[in-house]
Amino acid sequence: MKHQRKPCSLEHARFLRARKKNLAIVWALRIGLLVLLLGIWELVTAVGWSDPFLTSSPSRIAKTIAGLYSDGSLFYHIGVTLAETLIGFAIAVAAGCLIALALWWSETLRKVLEPYIVVLNALPKIALGPLIIIWFGTGSKAIVFMTVLVGIIVAILHMLNAFIATDKNKILLLRSMGASKLQILLKLVIPSSLASFISMLKIAVGMAWIGSIMGEYIVSRAGLGYLIVYGGQVFKLDLVMSATCILCVLAAGMYFLVVLLEKVLVKNPDS
Amino acid sequence: MKKEMLRFSSVTYIYHTVRGETEATRGLSFTVEEGEFVAVIGPSGCGKSTLLSLAAGLLKPSEGEVTRSGSCGYMLQRDELFPWRTIEKNLYLPLEVSKQNSPELRRRAKDLAVKYGLGEFLQSYPPQLSGGMRQRAALIRTLATDPDLLLLDEPFSALDYQTRLNVTADVAEIIRSEGKTALLITHDISEAISLADRVLVLSGRPARVSYTHELDFGDLKNPLKRRESAGFSGWFEILWKELNQ
Repeated sequence: MKHQRKPCSLEHARFLRARKKNLAIVWALRIGLLVLLLGIWELVTAVGWSDPFLTSSPSRIAKTIAGLYSDGSLFYHIGVTLAETLIGFAIAVAAGCLIALALWWSETLRKVLEPYIVVLNALPKIALGPLIIIWFGTGSKAIVFMTVLVGIIVAILHMLNAFIATDKNKILLLRSMGASKLQILLKLVIPSSLASFISMLKIAVGMAWIGSIMGEYIVSRAGLGYLIVYGGQVFKLDLVMSATCILCVLAAGMYFLVVLLEKVLVKNPDS
Repeated sequence: MKKEMLRFSSVTYIYHTVRGETEATRGLSFTVEEGEFVAVIGPSGCGKSTLLSLAAGLLKPSEGEVTRSGSCGYMLQRDELFPWRTIEKNLYLPLEVSKQNSPELRRRAKDLAVKYGLGEFLQSYPPQLSGGMRQRAALIRTLATDPDLLLLDEPFSALDYQTRLNVTADVAEIIRSEGKTALLITHDISEAISLADRVLVLSGRPARVSYTHELDFGDLKNPLKRRESAGFSGWFEILWKELNQ
């Protein structure tokens, strides 16, 4: 937030104070809601209204995570899943953007490939699970492939739409200056798609987690998705809940990194 | 005789779509001479913008010939400044595109901007400027490559009325004092009268030149003064009738 050094009127000071107060209330309620929910959860299991064997509880989750940490497997599993997610995310975004560029460049290519992309987009990627196992084995490679598969189509479609939506009049302007297609791409299409690129990243983050966890459900022997499946199979719901909580934190963290990137990349000249 | 900057010789242009073909212009002929300010008015949808695209060489005529001596600069309805570039960087855009991005030409563009009151806005971004200032920046951008012919596609129609009159006066002054040749497309009769040396009236589609008028304002070039002058309403009446035929 920008602080104005200019002397401001009393009314403006009141406005700023009210705004600050409102923000503080929102944050207090957000945290309060979390504490309340965790408290109720803990309480109903503690007084025996619900069976912690089925619903787990915050204290048991904390204990489970502490246990994973002390036997050294916590960061191993987090590391495995994080690596798969990030690699898959990076490949999906990079390849998605390149393919979208190619499709923007050639209208014929776009028309030819359109039905294939539509079908691939509609296809539930999990249906390809068995194929992926056979082609890539049961290691991280298969999971990264699944992550890419889930993310890439969305990345392609999102970026292609952004490229195609480039202002026609600005293209006309550049053409009247004698610009080549490459110049139009570099000077106009790519810079004007920056905002869409960021919103695509936000979607792709979610897709990457879906892909990696789905991949681990199918094949893995390590990672948070593996812990969830394993925990479910042996009825250790504490483990399932713990891994889910860690996932929430990681996914939120990655999303906020993208938001941070947005703040750095997208300069808002109005402010 | 003055040098011809642009000549349309019986130009026909046909648009092709899946539904069929449309003649935008048929046998369109006119010339623009060096230093002239020519305004083209016509009923809406008569293919005025097609005419400019043909003049700029962005479209090839189906029949006939368009000849242009020298380079041209295109100015559109909206300023089309790139919001991610500063005003200064926007002015350099045509230089970058046409690969004449030399320090001298950049200097020249910057001097033009300073000369015409954009000096303090060079490091600003377009959204920080008023509509009038932005359109002025768009004109300086058009002038950056020192084009021989300016093609103006209703460059004031997106502005509110007060700004519009002021910017029209500004732009007219800049174009006159830089000694540029200009071809203005507009649907606004009074704008055409206040700016041009000569007015061409187009027919409905397919467009042909149905009337040509040399305006008799003599040395009266200022658009605002012209609007106040005695001859203004007379011209308005004539053109209004011709446009509605």
